[in-house]
Amino acid sequence: MAEARTIEQAVEFITTEMLDELDSVIVDYRGTPGSLIPLLQRAQEICGYLPAEIQRRVADGLEISPSMVYGVVSFYSFFTMKPRGKHVVRVCLGTACYVKRSDEIMQNLSKELKIAVGEVTGDKKFSLEGVRCLGACGLAPVAVVGEDTYGLLDPVTATDILKNY
Amino acid sequence: MVKFFRTHVLVCAGTGCVASKSIAVKKALEVELAKHHLEDEVQIVATGCNGFCAAGPVMVVYPEGIFYQKLKPEDMPLLVEEHLLNGRPVETFMYKDPLKKQIVPKMHDIAFFGLQELRALRNKGIIDAEKIEDYIARDGYFALAKALNEMTPEQITGEIKESGLRGRGGAGFSTGLKWEFAAQANSTIKYVLCNGDEGDPGAFMDRSILEADPHVVLEGMIIAAKAIAAHQGYIYVRAEYPLAVNRLKIAIAKARDFGLLGKNILDSGFDFDVEIYQGAGAFVCGEETALMTSLEGKRGMPRPRPPFPAHKGLWKKPTILNNVETYANVPPIILNGARWFNSLGTEGSKGTKVFALTGAVNNIGLVEVPMGTTLKTIICDIGGGIPNRRKLKAVQMGGPSGGCIPESLIDTPVDYESITKTGAIMGSGGMVVIDETTCMVNIAKFFLEFTQDESCGKCAPCRIGTKVMLDILKDICEGKGKEGDVETLEDLSVTIKSASLCGLGQTAPNPVLTTIRYFRDEYDAHIKEKICPAHSCVELIKFVVNGEVCKKCGKCVKACPASAIAWEKGQTACIDRDTCVKCKSCITTCPFRAIE
Repeated sequence: MAEARTIEQAVEFITTEMLDELDSVIVDYRGTPGSLIPLLQRAQEICGYLPAEIQRRVADGLEISPSMVYGVVSFYSFFTMKPRGKHVVRVCLGTACYVKRSDEIMQNLSKELKIAVGEVTGDKKFSLEGVRCLGACGLAPVAVVGEDTYGLLDPVTATDILKNY
Repeated sequence: MVKFFRTHVLVCAGTGCVASKSIAVKKALEVELAKHHLEDEVQIVATGCNGFCAAGPVMVVYPEGIFYQKLKPEDMPLLVEEHLLNGRPVETFMYKDPLKKQIVPKMHDIAFFGLQELRALRNKGIIDAEKIEDYIARDGYFALAKALNEMTPEQITGEIKESGLRGRGGAGFSTGLKWEFAAQANSTIKYVLCNGDEGDPGAFMDRSILEADPHVVLEGMIIAAKAIAAHQGYIYVRAEYPLAVNRLKIAIAKARDFGLLGKNILDSGFDFDVEIYQGAGAFVCGEETALMTSLEGKRGMPRPRPPFPAHKGLWKKPTILNNVETYANVPPIILNGARWFNSLGTEGSKGTKVFALTGAVNNIGLVEVPMGTTLKTIICDIGGGIPNRRKLKAVQMGGPSGGCIPESLIDTPVDYESITKTGAIMGSGGMVVIDETTCMVNIAKFFLEFTQDESCGKCAPCRIGTKVMLDILKDICEGKGKEGDVETLEDLSVTIKSASLCGLGQTAPNPVLTTIRYFRDEYDAHIKEKICPAHSCVELIKFVVNGEVCKKCGKCVKACPASAIAWEKGQTACIDRDTCVKCKSCITTCPFRAIE
């Protein structure tokens, strides 16, 4: 895939195809009140994450200030300004999971992957995140890798789920 | 022509069961049915959340009402051949009562289901949520027809007011009154909003309703729109609920096809349409003014009230916001009347309430009971008690805004007033059962970490106050607590509660206050004696085996991943503290709580 030339060197994951798609989406949302959050959700779907350059492009497209876009991106936990790994590992930190030791699962996964929460591994294979209750409390404690849910985990053996990827 | 089937197999396709691979079970079932040429005799229905999530994937076979649990795809050949072909239900897959150790074949004989009163959840696990025909067959949209064609807006509001329905999102404000205020507001543009931003960790009531019965929420919203004369609605759903969003999208499209949304609904001349708005992950957006700010595309921060949303809400227009469960209660009230609704419940709390029963309890799942049911009935009878022969310590209600009710108050009836008296709140319905292995100081810390992280930062008492409280709690859990810490926590709580801008800050100290009120001894043990009575705070555990309590079973040895425990048959185990990685596997495994 061709690298985007219009974007600074920091953005290594974003292709011109992505930018073209983003531009066409921005046009759809322009002029609709309250469209910033849905547009950013689409932008993140397309680009994978929302670095400053993408935020600026959205701001220019909607004719609003970049600070307003950054304000929204930094406020909501769904948005990320860092690239994610190929497989996103999300550990549920809801109450039902917490009383079943999900904090220890998180620590052990962090040790195993050698990254902190919110980071991505050197080979870009995994990134690790906490999530506020997936609503699957019946299976507590729960972790999700990509689209696959793993329930009733044991804190010590929980790292085994990474072997499937 | 309607096709008749001799048997219906209801496979749960809610989030919990899908996570335990119910879709694979359904596919395997389809293959087996085809093998035996039963496709025209047996119908498979993929339902929304059945409610008994801990037993997932679950399946109910009608007309007999046989309940099967914890199914695997490879179980299907036996199940189809024995039950669906030969008519012999298979005991192996049935529910076993954890206390009586008996097999219970029929769903309604299982205490978990038998003691519930399904009103908001009346269609759960029965209809295919993606088929509007299924909903209509269960009297769906009948209430809407009545409201649009036979009732005036005043009559609708009056009926809801008389029913005594109160907001199921937690605060418990009278729904009818809220509608009345918005109806009286003078504006040609008004909005009806549905709050599906279920952020309370450990709660999944709204998700289950949206997944199992999305049309009931739409119907409730259209009726509300008629009552206040609004023509546009929005459903705000958490981004973490993809399945719910998907089912809602299908429901909205179908409702439009059927003329139940859009222009001139049911030929009544009334127009109303709904859009879904996906949240982007911020707990504070469950607060009404913050939700509206978020809908406007901004940082979801609350606004001071007044003006109240009924006068100036979304885009400064009169707006009502109700919770998913509140809307689910509306159609049956319109259809059956206020009297029918308020025949159940207590003096101040009418009808039923849905709870997500989770944590240290045998039957984890979704529960709907009449207001006034005691905590004991919910936890011990419906919930089937506490697993692993452990003792009940407390029940957490209301999430980060609520509190912990101790075991000594287990006879408390569940209604708005009685729960508030304990220092907790009814909340949206999260009910997390806590056993003796959970440290109450740690649980208070957990909730403060949550509110601190989710505080939007707009007002200082919440932004700074919760941070200071959290720092103190962290110190206590790490053995660095000082005399006077508890009093400082109490002082801070009073200020934060009275000076914060919105409900998030005003209720944030509740988990700390209730744990201090009922579990002061645990705080004192942490601070003065530097021990954690629940053996939960790592820094305060010595990792020593108490020889007097140890039954010399050796279970801890097998559990230890670091091979740090020495043990020989008939001997007390001994932990080598240099090799020990403090993972607490031994503590969780030990049936006698002998490791201190």
